[in-house]
Amino acid sequence: MAQAKGFFTDTSVCIGCKACEVACKEWNQLKGNPPKFLADSFDNTGKLDAENWRHVKFIEPSSLTAATTVGDGQAWLMMSDVCKHCQHASCLEVCPTNAIVRTEFDTVFIQQETCNGCRNCISACPYGVIGFSERTGTAHKCTLCYDRLQNDMTPACAKACPTQSIQFGNLTDLQAAADKRLAQLRQVGYSNAQLYGRDTSVYGGLNAFFLLMDKPEVYGLPTGESAGLPSRNNVGGYLGGAIAAVLALIGGMIAIRRRRERPETEPETSPVSVQAGGGDDR
Amino acid sequence: MLLAAHFTQPPEWRWYILGYFFLAGLSGGSYVLGTMLRLWGRPSDEQAARLCFLLAFPLVLLCPVLLTIDLGHPLRFWHMMYDTGAGGPALNFRSWSPMSLGVWGLMVFGLFATISFLEVVALDRRNSYPLSTVVARALAGPLGRLVNVVGAVFALFIAAYTGVLLSVSNQPVWSDTYALGGLFLASGLSGAAALVTLFTRWRPAAEASHEALTEADGYFVLLELAFIAVLFITVGFAGQLLRSVGAPWFVLWIVALLSLLPPLASRFGGGLTVSPAGTAALTRIGVSANVSAAIVLVGVLALRAAVIWSAQG
Repeated sequence: MAQAKGFFTDTSVCIGCKACEVACKEWNQLKGNPPKFLADSFDNTGKLDAENWRHVKFIEPSSLTAATTVGDGQAWLMMSDVCKHCQHASCLEVCPTNAIVRTEFDTVFIQQETCNGCRNCISACPYGVIGFSERTGTAHKCTLCYDRLQNDMTPACAKACPTQSIQFGNLTDLQAAADKRLAQLRQVGYSNAQLYGRDTSVYGGLNAFFLLMDKPEVYGLPTGESAGLPSRNNVGGYLGGAIAAVLALIGGMIAIRRRRERPETEPETSPVSVQAGGGDDR
Repeated sequence: MLLAAHFTQPPEWRWYILGYFFLAGLSGGSYVLGTMLRLWGRPSDEQAARLCFLLAFPLVLLCPVLLTIDLGHPLRFWHMMYDTGAGGPALNFRSWSPMSLGVWGLMVFGLFATISFLEVVALDRRNSYPLSTVVARALAGPLGRLVNVVGAVFALFIAAYTGVLLSVSNQPVWSDTYALGGLFLASGLSGAAALVTLFTRWRPAAEASHEALTEADGYFVLLELAFIAVLFITVGFAGQLLRSVGAPWFVLWIVALLSLLPPLASRFGGGLTVSPAGTAALTRIGVSANVSAAIVLVGVLALRAAVIWSAQG
């Protein structure tokens, strides 16, 4: 296996130019969705989906914690969101066709020729990354430019980013760079700055991890209890079904056997006892 | 499972999946009822048991059709069972993925439903197809009961796993509770009892089991109510109750809850003694039995629609 690759997205230097979105669409030949005015800050992309594998989020001051404010003004958080290429990937876990695999670069990849469009991965992804394309009938998300990696090239978004907010490289190198940058920010007073997905606390670590300027929830990123794998519900779910099965069988047995103990009645010779509303029209 | 935050997108599982969940519940439920009647019933219950097996087969036949149509690439349905990608070529069996497990479970249950259907066709002597006659002869002894019991295990799975499939996700409501598997099973059994009641019109001899089915349905509905309570409590703790029961989904919940009343009234509402001469009264009650069965089936559908759609917004 080649060395693990990934993205380190430093949101502190993102300027919301959306060059990443454009470069991604250009390289991956994504048509994009029809233009729509979302009236949501400077964001008219809306969300990650089959046609948007990079999405620059604009987070307005109203949703920020007070500690994010800088000087007399208020920060305006921007973040170029992307598939996190989780070490413990929910999409990969539930995929019934094995279309979602981990590549030699340690990234998560949907094999288009295998995917049959069941959309189970969409229900599983905790980041809302994967979209279904009516055009291809399959699920799509960031491939971390798998074709470019195979040719020793930098993914399109990282290549286009003018501020180096999106950095690409070997995961260990990126982690070292992130640690250094975090220490630098903390030193100059950004106490809320934190790394998300750098360690194993969310989904075993993320190959595409972030430096955030506020709590992960502000950016729409799950933490703690909310960051669980779908399989956590297997045991409980089946147990609930098993309990219901046992109780239903007991109920059925009581209903059928109790009546069997009574002699069969002849309707022509004796009164018929029926439950209210429980008769028949035949 | 406390105060979950969800940042997911909906998989857009709509009508086909609703139809599949509905039919899987009814088919699995019918097979389980048929097996229970054969195992624990008296000889006259055989007629209703046969009706159950006759219903389970065509219902399960429709299930893969709906599932396939729902796929983005219907012609790739077999990729569910066979890995054509980098991990293959090999059979696909992923026990931790309910969708993968369900595909295999549906196939195996379909096999049992087919065998039992063929057996009943031969027993009814409606035709003399050699295959059904061979099946009926083979199942005449203890093997017949064994087939029913093993088939019923898979039937229980088919009726329940659809709920687990929803829970094994990161969607709001679905992944916030363990109750869906049990809820769908109880509701499927109740729906199957209602379906058998409706179809007794075309198999009058099955009427002998009506009382037993009514009583059993009462227990199934009580179980369903208990699981609905567990669902609301667990989803409430996760802070998602409003999403589940808020507008417009409360309409579906009301329909689902109201549909539980006729079986409860039949089972626990007190008996009514009618003399054999009271034909008019019997007719009136008979009509209401069919109407209440239809109401139960609408409720089974509404319950699944409320669960599937409310989480997806």
